Amino acid sequence: MAKVKHHNIPLDQIIKPENIVFKRTKLFTDNVLSYCPGCGHGVAHRLILEVLEEMGIADKTIGIAPVGCSVLAYEFMDIDMQEAAHGRAPALATGIKRTNPDKFVFAYQGDGDLAAIGTAETIHTANRGENITVIFINNGIYGMTGGQMAPTTIYGMKTSTTPYGRDPKQMGHPLKITEIVAQLPGTCYVTRQAVHTPALVRKAKKAIRKAFEYQKQNKGLSFVEIVSNCNSGWKMTPVQAVKWLEENMLPYYPLGDLKDIGLD
Amino acid sequence: MNEEIIIAGFGGQGVLSLGKILAYSGIMEGLEVSWFPSYGPEMRGGTANVTVILSDERISSPVLNVYDTAIIFNQQSLDKFEPKVKPGGLLIYDPNGITRHPERTDIDIYQIEATRTAANEFKNTKVLNMVALGGYLKVKPIVKMENVLKGLRKSLPERYHHLLPLNEQAIRRGMEIIKLYRKAEPVNA
Amino acid sequence: MGEILLMKGNEALAEAIIRAGADAYFGYPITPQSEVMEYLAAAKPEERTGMVLLQAESELAAINMLYGAGATGKKVITSSSSPGISLMQEGISYMAGAEIPAVIVNVVRGGPGLGTIQPAQSDYFQATKGGGHGDYHLLVLAPNSVQEMADFVPLAFDLAFKYRNPVMILSDGLIGQMMEKVELFDPIPRWTDEYIREHHGSWATIGKTPDRERNIITSLDLVPERMEKHNLHLKEKYDQMEREEVRYEEISTEDAEYLFVAYGSSSRIAMKAVKLAREEGIKVGLLRPITLFPFPKKPLERLADQVKGILTVELSLGQMVEDVKLAVNCRIPVEHYGRVGGMIPTPEEVVEALKTKIINR
Repeated sequence: MAKVKHHNIPLDQIIKPENIVFKRTKLFTDNVLSYCPGCGHGVAHRLILEVLEEMGIADKTIGIAPVGCSVLAYEFMDIDMQEAAHGRAPALATGIKRTNPDKFVFAYQGDGDLAAIGTAETIHTANRGENITVIFINNGIYGMTGGQMAPTTIYGMKTSTTPYGRDPKQMGHPLKITEIVAQLPGTCYVTRQAVHTPALVRKAKKAIRKAFEYQKQNKGLSFVEIVSNCNSGWKMTPVQAVKWLEENMLPYYPLGDLKDIGLD
Repeated sequence: MNEEIIIAGFGGQGVLSLGKILAYSGIMEGLEVSWFPSYGPEMRGGTANVTVILSDERISSPVLNVYDTAIIFNQQSLDKFEPKVKPGGLLIYDPNGITRHPERTDIDIYQIEATRTAANEFKNTKVLNMVALGGYLKVKPIVKMENVLKGLRKSLPERYHHLLPLNEQAIRRGMEIIKLYRKAEPVNA
Repeated sequence: MGEILLMKGNEALAEAIIRAGADAYFGYPITPQSEVMEYLAAAKPEERTGMVLLQAESELAAINMLYGAGATGKKVITSSSSPGISLMQEGISYMAGAEIPAVIVNVVRGGPGLGTIQPAQSDYFQATKGGGHGDYHLLVLAPNSVQEMADFVPLAFDLAFKYRNPVMILSDGLIGQMMEKVELFDPIPRWTDEYIREHHGSWATIGKTPDRERNIITSLDLVPERMEKHNLHLKEKYDQMEREEVRYEEISTEDAEYLFVAYGSSSRIAMKAVKLAREEGIKVGLLRPITLFPFPKKPLERLADQVKGILTVELSLGQMVEDVKLAVNCRIPVEHYGRVGGMIPTPEEVVEALKTKIINR
């Protein structure tokens, strides 16, 4: 029998229901997550699913998966889901919510999806104040297609289409779409979070919960950006990627609430 | 019965609504009808025309090349549609502003002072199209007056229903003032 | 049946949308069909039936709103004109792949590009051969009167849900802008949530309850074996449409020696051409396809045994003529006559074309 050396307590005495401190999120399906080790997507998925479970609204929720690394998000979330064309998730969400106002609707989108090809849908859906929640994963790169430049790629950052670093003279500037969205009267809650430390994960979960609470109160569009890492796309180890994120991404994309009109 | 009509003039002369009232009157008479307008930005300030067909059979083409009747309100439309009236057909025109009068001798041609009458007698140029409608119905009574009035009521939005008596008067006045310009010459066999 | 009104094709379509029990209309203005949304806005559908009306920021957004709402089992519809329909093609392809019922109305104008706002039938290929990327078909209905603009709306919804496939009503500027007598059908109530759960709960994303597996709406499958199976499943639906949904009208074909084939507005012109030609002693008939996909191949095969030649009349440079040639399979001469760029042929022109291209060829 295996023993924990320092305390000499047998394992079977540790594995008991009263000692459980963490359980697998119920709303995850049995499919193995396809994300790279160290990627923030898995954590973000878990936080959404935990919030849906805790609020007891999973049977009233319709999620929308985008094009990008999370294109298969519906494989992992045990709720009704729709897969959108690239950039169109907010339009789908509008269609669903307008015809099903009693349902909860969220769009889960990456930076290319939300801030490049789908910018018009993002802005106009927010501007109409659709009662939906947008979860925006910003890792500054196109992960699925192999590490090309994203609208949010920061200055000097190397990607497969900016191999010498992003030069604003040629490629323009990293787009702070969240700041733009926060200015629109249709939004009620706009925040920027991260999930690369346990403390940040706890804060991000609170933000996602709040976003869905806003949706419950029909206050308008709630928007949660999660600054995440893409160690594969960035060509780094997970540890290097987290360090790089803190030193380079967060100064340009500072964490915190940009708008919070207040829940009832 | 199959009556194929072109109505043409400047945008703002009530060409399309004249066509619509005629078509609605046809429905009230139990006829099949169609109404096809020229549409688009060229109508703003330019010429407008509408093809109206009244028939006791299913209507085939709503777009035509030749017409039984042309009701014309400006020179451009007269130039364009005078040649398109079928031999033996009918041309009614408002001489107001016309410098080149119709020349054909194989069709019946009538004049109606619609614009002048609307302005001088009714103090409302908007009813010039109703004056012309009255003139047309005098020459070709294809729809009974009671059905014309029903069609008028159906065509006008309710907020304009206080203008129904004025429109009716204009139609009746048109019936009185229409005058023959030239009768078609008999065709030599 | 309801009251008799004089309406534009576009207005009759709009009124029919409300009466058909539609749950939502999403659209973007474009000539020559802007009256549809204008009529709907004035008619206060949210008060009459609870129908949602929303002006989207683009045709791209509008079609994807249809995708989202249609995937919840709601009856959804949009209308546009050629350039706008081109912009919608991405969404239409996804909807065909994801098997989402919806109705898309194209009031066709002349192209290519910005083209003209005048009537045309130059989107036949796009409508009947897919339109976007991938192997798929829309079921395509071609009204030729204001009455059919109204009547085809509930029919299109029925077919869209029968096949879980987008249905297109292919109209044009002539049918959209003309006014005719129309007898409106009595309103059909909107479906309740219970009805949708019972009839479409097996696939619609209406919230996963513990008693069933989750419903997923997607056109994606990265496993070739499964994707091929899905494509073959779609093909079965198109085959079933060919068996069950062919609709057409024959006019004066009993003794016809020649045949016009024309749909939509040009079928009206061809009807008049039949009359004019017969006055001259030419025995010509008309076959009017009402469904453009599925195309009425069998009646054409039959008529090819009877007539000496066929002239298609289209407001295009010759698109449907290809399907007529395929159906007739080179047995008799098939020619095309058309005007483009917003020009509309006169019935006299059509008779003349029959003489020069077929009778005296």
